Amino acid sequence: MNTAKRYLRAIYLVQQTEDGRASTGAIADALDVSPASANEMIGKLETDGLCTHEKYRGVDLTDEGIVHAREALGEYCILERFLAEVLAVESFREEADQLEPVINEIVAERLDTIIDRRPVCPDCFDPETGACESLEVDLEARGDPGIESDADAD
Amino acid sequence: MEGAPVSQAALSSDHQLARLLQIGVVLEELAEARARRNAVNPELDGEFRTVLRDAAEESATHRERLDALIERLNAETVPFEQIEHLVGEQYEPADEFDGVLYDQLCSEATAYKFYDDLIAALAGTDARFTVDRHHVVETLRSIRAEEQAGVKQITDLMETTE
Repeated sequence: MNTAKRYLRAIYLVQQTEDGRASTGAIADALDVSPASANEMIGKLETDGLCTHEKYRGVDLTDEGIVHAREALGEYCILERFLAEVLAVESFREEADQLEPVINEIVAERLDTIIDRRPVCPDCFDPETGACESLEVDLEARGDPGIESDADAD
Repeated sequence: MEGAPVSQAALSSDHQLARLLQIGVVLEELAEARARRNAVNPELDGEFRTVLRDAAEESATHRERLDALIERLNAETVPFEQIEHLVGEQYEPADEFDGVLYDQLCSEATAYKFYDDLIAALAGTDARFTVDRHHVVETLRSIRAEEQAGVKQITDLMETTE
């Protein structure tokens, strides 16, 4: 997933949490980047017509920005659910965050063919927990194709 | 939508490399399972069914090559039977030649894109791995080249049947 899409997803989720415009600081925190980096990308998204940004008031996605943000959120949900359901990864949220830059949308669409994603996705995504509300997996029953060096993930 | 280049931060440990290779294995298993199912579609002519059987064999070979890398990272692969079962749960056979062609093209193109991004991520990281990075990249490049040839084979078939 490219950087712009990750920003759109983050802005969308922050707007949901804050029930209004998203502050640059909250967006930077969500993505673990500096406010300067966040400002730079927000400027690019605004140039592309995907959001509006008013100083001291924050960022608001345009209708087109919301469409792209929801697509990005859906792709992220696919990755989380794939890791949890198919690979039985216990720390699926953390690993989804780490791996998503390498998972392109066409790869996500293919992985989507073997997971049990809800039709309401991505509306079932909980911005507070960073995961799908309906994602409950019995990891032990699935049998994790283990990776010995799990501690390396952090 | 245009965006900044993909971040390479996803690849900084043996663990992450092994996980991405496991995803590669799943993509190959998906391709193999779907090609095998499509290959027994009686609506298709014998020549195309042979193409699908060959593609399934190629996916199996790719999976074995990825498995070898995963094993050297002290990780486990994803059993083919598990993915074959999941494919079976969701699979709906295409009832037209074009649908099967498109499905096969999707398998080849998806795998190609995945390896392309993984190779780029390896090129963009300074992380040190237990396995020889050069060997991993050469293996992935070789598999990517075969996926690219697969894409060409299917697009050529599409053009000749138009």
